[in-house]
Amino acid sequence: MSAAIKLLGHIGAVTRLSGRTFRVVFSRKFVDRSLLSAQMDHAGIGSWSIAVLTALFTGAVMAIQFADGLEPYGASLYTGKMVSLGIVRELGPTLTAVLVGGRVGAGFTAEIGSMNVTEQVDAISALGADPIEKLVAPRVMACIIMLPLLTLLADFVGCFGAMLVVMTDVGVTATFFIEQVLDTLVIADLLHGLAKATFFGYFIAIVGCYVGLNTRGGTEGVGRSTTDTVVAISITVLVSNFLLTKLFLSF
Amino acid sequence: MPDETIQPAPPEVVIQFKDVRKAFGPNVIYDPLNLTVHRGETLTVIGGSGKGKSVMLKMLIRLLQADSGSITAFGEEVTTMPEAKLLGLRRRIAMLFQGAALFDSLTVAQNIKYPLVEHKWGTREQMDQRVEEVLDMVGMPGIQHLKPSELSGGMKKRVGLARAIAIQPDVILYDEPTTGLDPINVRRINGLILRLQRRLNVTSIVVTHDMDSCFTVTDRIAFLYDRRMDWTGTKEEALATDFGPLREFVQGGRGTLEAEGTED
Ligand SMILES: Nc1ncnc2c1ncn2[C@@H]1O[C@H](COP(=O)(O)OP(=O)(O)O)[C@@H](O)[C@H]1O
Ligand SMILES: [Mg+2]
Repeated sequence: MSAAIKLLGHIGAVTRLSGRTFRVVFSRKFVDRSLLSAQMDHAGIGSWSIAVLTALFTGAVMAIQFADGLEPYGASLYTGKMVSLGIVRELGPTLTAVLVGGRVGAGFTAEIGSMNVTEQVDAISALGADPIEKLVAPRVMACIIMLPLLTLLADFVGCFGAMLVVMTDVGVTATFFIEQVLDTLVIADLLHGLAKATFFGYFIAIVGCYVGLNTRGGTEGVGRSTTDTVVAISITVLVSNFLLTKLFLSF
Repeated sequence: MPDETIQPAPPEVVIQFKDVRKAFGPNVIYDPLNLTVHRGETLTVIGGSGKGKSVMLKMLIRLLQADSGSITAFGEEVTTMPEAKLLGLRRRIAMLFQGAALFDSLTVAQNIKYPLVEHKWGTREQMDQRVEEVLDMVGMPGIQHLKPSELSGGMKKRVGLARAIAIQPDVILYDEPTTGLDPINVRRINGLILRLQRRLNVTSIVVTHDMDSCFTVTDRIAFLYDRRMDWTGTKEEALATDFGPLREFVQGGRGTLEAEGTED
């Protein structure tokens, strides 16, 4: 019971933090491009290798499973259809968000959390600036921009991994696989996935920053917070994925 | 009649806490806080560790919000001040944080320029000039390009102080300026507080649990005890007090100074 109340308290606080962040983002004040590009660099460029590796092997292993599972029905040729749908709609956005989110969100928490316990966050306010503007807004914007891009990359690489497997195991040509994929996927599939990724990007950044800003108790506290963030982001991504999928498919 | 003209003007009140209450959940910090600070004085606040001295300073520049009561600075209410006006308040009241709170990712020069940039203080050349001036004032010229990680604890405090005075505040808040420093640095920082006091003619609130520092820099002492700040007086009064907890603190504080570890 008290855990539920605590959770509601956190959700309320994150909502308020979001409100303040978007007010900064949509006001003229948010002009510090250098802070934004530093965060985009960190969140996006620093994460592409994780996204690529995850997608490549997940695509490949799905292809193995589907090729094997469809074989008794003589439907192995359709592996490409199944796998590409699964990747573009679900696994691309979700796996990327969980893995990149763990890395990037934990980084945000560690960084902002150590600034908080050493009173650097207070110092930002005391010196006449706004911590939301300096710390939170650039990170939220960077993730909202970078997560869809990373997801797009993961979609391509995942399908590529699947293609390699299907070509060797099932023996189809690359052209056949690609035609099949293009035949199956409609633009809405891609857009659903990318829309979800946008939300995931926002969740990752806001949770990472929120936990960081509420870190107390010295270096030990920073360690605890960082672990909390990884768990919170994974759960948020998986649960919100369910809700967002329901929502998007109802249109 | 002529009597009245020789009477000294009552000291001008710069900061006033009135019936301020503050708690973090079940953890009651002030119940209540009453304190008045006059223009140009150095007030030292003493009290045990974790009792709420930093919380008091932070409520004054609204890094923390009081639960109830009134806090005024320069005659204006702080607790209900709109965001836009807070900037002006924080320009006039500067704070030296306990660990100096320098930004790790910026150089010394960028740290000191930070408030100047935020307050649109002047041109780039004027800011560079100002950085040089304040570094001179704290006795550390020519370290503009260093990163905080390259500085010792005492040096960090002095850069923190340089950053605090860069925008020429009217009030300086010192949060345990000498805690964790070795005796040489303690003396150096105390000397700086005194010198800045004379040179800049600012009002200062110094929070400390180090009695030696307290007696070196102070005009007036306020003693935080049992969630209140009921006792205030001069250092002579503090030494001669028959208020038990304060006596213990005054004597105990002097004793523990030597036992306290040093950082750098
Ligand atoms: N932001 C905060 N949230 C919750 N508790 C706090 C916060 N800031 C301070 N406290 C608590 O208030 C008490 C007083 O803290 P502080 O003012 O830092 O003590 P000190 O007198 O040593 O400076 C401590 O028990 C501390 O845990
Ligand atoms: Mg303190």
